[in-house]
Amino acid sequence: MKMMLVILVSAILTENFVLSKFLGICPFLGVSKKLGTAVGMSAAVTFVMVLATAATYPLYAYLLAPNGLDYLQTVAFILVIAALVQLVEIVLRKFSPALYNALGIYLPLITTNCAVLGVTLLNFTKGYTYGQSLINALGAGLGFMLAMVLFAGVRERIEACDVPEALKGLPITLIAASLVSLTFLGFSGIANNLFA
Amino acid sequence: MAKKQALAGVFTNGLLRENPVLRLVLGTCPTLAVTTSALNGLGMGAAATLVLVCSNLAISLLRRFIPDKVRIPAFITIIAGFVTIVQMLCKAFVPAVNDSLGIFLPLIVVNCIILARAEMFASKNPVLPSVLDGLGMGVGFTATLLLMGSIRELIGMGTIFGVTVTAGLFPPMLIMILPPGGFFVFGVLVALSNKLAVKMGKDPVTSLGCEGCPSAAFCRKAQQNECDFGKGGNRT
Repeated sequence: MKMMLVILVSAILTENFVLSKFLGICPFLGVSKKLGTAVGMSAAVTFVMVLATAATYPLYAYLLAPNGLDYLQTVAFILVIAALVQLVEIVLRKFSPALYNALGIYLPLITTNCAVLGVTLLNFTKGYTYGQSLINALGAGLGFMLAMVLFAGVRERIEACDVPEALKGLPITLIAASLVSLTFLGFSGIANNLFA
Repeated sequence: MAKKQALAGVFTNGLLRENPVLRLVLGTCPTLAVTTSALNGLGMGAAATLVLVCSNLAISLLRRFIPDKVRIPAFITIIAGFVTIVQMLCKAFVPAVNDSLGIFLPLIVVNCIILARAEMFASKNPVLPSVLDGLGMGVGFTATLLLMGSIRELIGMGTIFGVTVTAGLFPPMLIMILPPGGFFVFGVLVALSNKLAVKMGKDPVTSLGCEGCPSAAFCRKAQQNECDFGKGGNRT
């Protein structure tokens, strides 16, 4: 149980996907302009991350690895994720139009999101069990959401500021991201000591 | 002669005018993550270039046979195949690079530069220009990663390619090779490239644009022209 908490907290804070692992930077910079879209996008990412982990872990552990096919990991995972995203889109459209309207627009963007493929691959590099992988995926998604929501707030402030001409737009956004990432450095070590 | 010039234009396009990192703002994740040293930047750039050239070649050859509706999954599968090959080559011949790039090597699959070039160029053009486009974009990507890696390594560790340069001049600022340094150096580089672009009478890049997004073709938001990624006003 303690291990699960450590994995969850470190995935959210110390090893934040966006701010310390640099995964999912495109949506972080692209969709964080408004709070509403930031929450919608990160909810969709979290959902797909957990689902993709649930599907890819057994695939690798029980089909690819025992048969010496581990070199197919990348191809198999990206195809599973692409199919999964399509499936989720179809199911949502059919059964929950409200949810589809809220999350559906972000789904096509998620297939090519490196955070989703990244979390499924990282689960194996770190040697997590099935349960730990699911927790890690959930934590990574929540961490993504935390970073997006915080950053959406920062960006709304920047909009109102008088920024030097050359730094307008993307450059100042990146420099602001650098400062937010600096604050997250302060969390390093917290996960292990918090539950010691 | 004119044809040769056109081909040369396709190649040099990716180097400066449409530099994938600084002008199109694609592939930001590896750009930020692996540029902790010049060598890592170079390794990542070389791996991505190889995949880019091969996938552009294959997709251009198959462009008449891939049905329009399933082209994105087909592209992704082709790209994933080449990424696997590059992964195995790296593991066999340059294990040190393989270790330091970690999961960013398999993540070349979802590098938007490669899918974007497949979608925007290789699927519409003959083989030779497609290969040259891939090569140009790859070299542009590699050059930017090398530049960024060198800056971060120089300030953060005082070395370039592991050779000490700044001994005694100033103490290394470790923060530059940590994540915040990545965002900061990238921000400053984009600002400089914007400044240069404005001087040359081009538009500065102020946001991520729909033009660069490989998902634009099947994204509902983009079709309704209300995409938060790009949409008119953001790209002045």
